[in-house]
Amino acid sequence: MSRTRALESSSSWRWTDRLGLAFAWLVGLLFCVICAAIVIYLLVQGIRYLHPSFLWTNPKVGNTQNETGGILAPLLGTALVIALAMGIATPVGVGIAVWLSEYARPRQLARVVESTVEMFAGAPSIVLALFGVILFRASFLGFLTEKTGGVVYGKGFFPAGAMLSLLALPLVVTSVREGLQAIPNHVREASYAVGKTKIATIRRVLLPAVRPDIITGSMIGAGHALGDTVIIVILLGDTYILQGVGHVPLLGTLRGTGDTLTSYIFDNAPTGDLNQPNKAFAAALVLLVIVLILNVIVDIFGRKARELKWT
Amino acid sequence: MDVINQPLPVRQLEPGATLTVRRPLDGGTAQIRLLEEAILDTSFVSSSTERHVVVPTLERMRVEELSINYGQKPAVRSVSLPIRQGEVLGLIGPSGCGKTTLLRSLNRLTELTKSASLIGRVTLDGVDIAELEPTALRRRVTMVFQQPNPFPMSVFDNVAYVLREQAKRKPRKMSLRPQVEEALARAGLLEEVRDNMDHPALRLSGGQQQRLCIARALAANPEVLLLDEPCSALDPQSTKVIEDLIVKLREEVAVVIVTHNLQQAHRIADHVAFMYLGELVEYAPGHALFGNPKEQRTREYVSGAFG
Repeated sequence: MSRTRALESSSSWRWTDRLGLAFAWLVGLLFCVICAAIVIYLLVQGIRYLHPSFLWTNPKVGNTQNETGGILAPLLGTALVIALAMGIATPVGVGIAVWLSEYARPRQLARVVESTVEMFAGAPSIVLALFGVILFRASFLGFLTEKTGGVVYGKGFFPAGAMLSLLALPLVVTSVREGLQAIPNHVREASYAVGKTKIATIRRVLLPAVRPDIITGSMIGAGHALGDTVIIVILLGDTYILQGVGHVPLLGTLRGTGDTLTSYIFDNAPTGDLNQPNKAFAAALVLLVIVLILNVIVDIFGRKARELKWT
Repeated sequence: MDVINQPLPVRQLEPGATLTVRRPLDGGTAQIRLLEEAILDTSFVSSSTERHVVVPTLERMRVEELSINYGQKPAVRSVSLPIRQGEVLGLIGPSGCGKTTLLRSLNRLTELTKSASLIGRVTLDGVDIAELEPTALRRRVTMVFQQPNPFPMSVFDNVAYVLREQAKRKPRKMSLRPQVEEALARAGLLEEVRDNMDHPALRLSGGQQQRLCIARALAANPEVLLLDEPCSALDPQSTKVIEDLIVKLREEVAVVIVTHNLQQAHRIADHVAFMYLGELVEYAPGHALFGNPKEQRTREYVSGAFG
């Protein structure tokens, strides 16, 4: 975005205005410096272990940081739990957004759904985690996790993914809803005006139109879920390696417990159980890169969404 | 027998008169018999566009004593008029006069507004449109809007969307191709998009987008085509292309156009209805309404006294 430059010199400014401008510059630069400092510190601390093999070896038990392996399990765990969370949050979020934007009847119910979504957007993840613990220990949900002798363990990828999806859901709903609301009404009417039903219009006109918003919302949601630690520590089991249940390949893994980058960092932080700070920093760098990639995707599709639109 | 592609004075033509007209579509000539009295004013005929060539008319729709209210607020008051194939009907009037509401009631789009209520009758080929399935009616009476609004898909799919059953996705893409091409050709867009039918429709220029919307509306093979200020968002060049197209289309479909642009109504409409505060003030052949309006309010409006 380009701004027109005002043709004036700041010499005629009042001192309060100059101070204000100086402050704006200062905080802007300070923020950049802080960010750069964090990244540089992460690099300096973590670079020693940031070797390709770090990505594809499992964590091991060892006495020094050289012996404790890599982050394969947390990396896989992150991918699995996020895929699960988004696999739930995206369709459900799109459904809620379509209903809120295109139907929303009865109006009272729509208002309730709307405030519920907003409430979830602000809910601390510990609250969700706590609720998840209670919910997934219920025996009728026992098939989702490990069940020994009638006692449901209640920890694993399914509970963690389900709760993380609630964290991501409001972001998907908001993004898709904004996309739908940005579609002028005459576009819907144009579809009705050639004899199409509302359902056909939603499926064939509106949903394709908000595809970039669906992707953007999912990526922002995934980024949000990616950074969460509390739900992971409490509900995924924080077991350092993927411990499957049963013998079915993927399903077994999902029923079992695991680890993600955030819980790996949490455990290896100087205050954590394992205290391997350099490993934590290396994993933090990897996490940062993943978030960066998600942001780039959001940016690309955000631009795409703005590119082709009606007047 | 008269060939009317040369300047001629204003003349009165009796019903039953036969005349040879040049067909704008292919430049050939056709002989037609007039069903009703007509006045031929060749001062409108520009050598390049051959407008105001008389074509035979056939009544498709009839609006009978139609009143539409939004809640308590009347928008259209007891309007009656015929809509004929073979002519362009122009609806003019100041903003809020009910002309767009009248247009939207013709394919029951007014029903999408919850507060709208309707008294009176509109028939399509003699059948009350209230008795038709809305989706079936809207395939027979299609509409083009003020803002070009192609769907966010390829040029081809925009037209094919209309041809496919409701929500179905892609049955036999190749089998739809002839119909898609025909619709694009009728809208005068085929030559420009033939090589990039798979490009996103929203990449086309505004004028092309609007012609794509016309192609989409024609793909359903409607009897009546409704146009709601189709050129108001376009530049003069694109406007001219679309006006020429509308004049051609009136031979195949009944065309109703709402316009704010009096010159446009003058240029392309065979009959013009002037509405004011929901009432139909005057309905007359275009040249009569603009040249010699009977009503005081029409005279004031077309002379620019208000509106």
